[in-house]
Amino acid sequence: MNELYAIAAIAERDLMKFLRDRTRLIGTFVLPFGIMGLLGGTLQANLGRATGFNFVGFTFTGVLGMTIFQSTAGGMAWLSEDRFNDFAQEIFVSPVSRYSIVFGKILGESLVALAQAAPLVVFALVLRVSLSPEQIALMLPVAVISCLLGGSFGLVSMAMINDQRAANQIFQFLILPQFFLAGVFNPIGILPWYLEIPSRISPMRYVVDLIRGVVYTGHPEYHKVVLFDPSINLLVIVVMFSVFMVAGTALFVRRETNR
Amino acid sequence: MGPSQPAPPAVEVRDLIKRYRKAKVNAVDGISLRVEAGEFFALLGPNGAGKTTTISILTTTLAPTSGSIRICGHDLARESSAVRRQVGIIFQNPSLDMNLSGEENVRLHAIMYGLYPYRPAFRLMPAAYRAQVRELASVLGMEADLFKPVKKLSGGMQRKLEIIRGLMHRPKVLFLDEPTRGLDVASRRSLWAYLREVREQYQVTMLLTTHYLEEAEQADRLCILNHGRIVAMGSPGEVMAHMADEYLELDAADRAQLRHELKVLNLQFDEDGMFKVRLDGRSAHEVIRSLDVPLTMLRTRQPSLEDAYLRILADE
Repeated sequence: MNELYAIAAIAERDLMKFLRDRTRLIGTFVLPFGIMGLLGGTLQANLGRATGFNFVGFTFTGVLGMTIFQSTAGGMAWLSEDRFNDFAQEIFVSPVSRYSIVFGKILGESLVALAQAAPLVVFALVLRVSLSPEQIALMLPVAVISCLLGGSFGLVSMAMINDQRAANQIFQFLILPQFFLAGVFNPIGILPWYLEIPSRISPMRYVVDLIRGVVYTGHPEYHKVVLFDPSINLLVIVVMFSVFMVAGTALFVRRETNR
Repeated sequence: MGPSQPAPPAVEVRDLIKRYRKAKVNAVDGISLRVEAGEFFALLGPNGAGKTTTISILTTTLAPTSGSIRICGHDLARESSAVRRQVGIIFQNPSLDMNLSGEENVRLHAIMYGLYPYRPAFRLMPAAYRAQVRELASVLGMEADLFKPVKKLSGGMQRKLEIIRGLMHRPKVLFLDEPTRGLDVASRRSLWAYLREVREQYQVTMLLTTHYLEEAEQADRLCILNHGRIVAMGSPGEVMAHMADEYLELDAADRAQLRHELKVLNLQFDEDGMFKVRLDGRSAHEVIRSLDVPLTMLRTRQPSLEDAYLRILADE
């Protein structure tokens, strides 16, 4: 029970930090809205008829997946910042399992990501993206699963990099290509082999595709937009999360103590 | 453990070695020490002597290269979780979360140590927690500041808050890694007054690293580290007695004559506005009787810890 309390306390800390950081609040809300409204609208006006599906809905699902994944993964960069500020020491000398500490951190960043995602859904409804109450309800567990994958991806990335500045720079290199390889804004049904391979190993791809699987179920565009059956996406996400979580925690703890 | 058995040492270190990755020399080079329960023990040494590395290993935040460590009878390598429950740490650099209030920092710590169940607000926490926090805050005189964001507290207040947090789980050993670094004189004094009270009230073993010799002088025993090795260990009195001799301060109107007589007597001395004469085992009385030159000043001086410390480092 103590481990659960510790996880909750660590997670709450991250949510409080987010809610108290006005600049971060404004920035994280404005950017996805801009992308969704501007990019989705532009693509729909120019390419919507040719592709045979609504680009606003397509961009919404992509941006939702991207926001959730990127926010949780990026939030794990705070592990580096905590270390830089010596706060990590205080957490790591406590008698709590290292896995609980890392999981609490991922959970906290997931709460932050979900807080950012909720207004996106409202914005999508305003833009007349077709979403039934059942689909919205189903998006919640899907978003949570996606957060966990994003968090574990952020953990394993950060655990391999010592320096905070380098971590932030390298992290951008790991995230940005995934926007295109995961098909956040662009269809990726057909890709040349040299892009197909990195696309298939891009974790964000499975998050975005799983969300599209939920949103487009029952729609005639389903097969034009969704790449894999949701069960396959779910399986890949579970496997990736397990590997990233175990390897990331082991690497992080080892690097913290074996300096 | 039976009632007749003595308490295990608070800290027991054997042949501890730490070499950082890519380093060519050991940061800690084979140190062994033992701190008894309830003792106030100080680690002293210049920058890079290995004090913080040692304390980081003892508090489980850094893995040793080799050596064995037991904290309150628990093997650090195999029972790190049990060790963490026994120790409290005041880190060299502030380790508070600046985004949270003082109380939120303390609450996070209390929950992490399994002292109380998680609750999202102070008023929802159990009455025992609220009472404990208020008691510690009142001892430190920071009740009014407890709910302020940490970033708005002074350096001294932040240090006090770290101590409150470090004591929440009633640790048996409190590690203090240069706790007064960066504090002004008034804050330093007030912090030490509080630490003395804590020691008396909670019977806690304290292991201190410091640059301030007057702080180390308060310890029951101290250990001087240099280049990762122990160069002196004992009570402050023992270290002073072994490492620095009593000396005389003399002066005379005829300094040339005094200088000549001291050389004839084969006594070592320094001239610094007066003559500082090392006794090297002789008594002050014997030296003075041997001098013919009329003295204008005569003073016997007991060595200070600073004298001993500087001599030890110079000998190294």
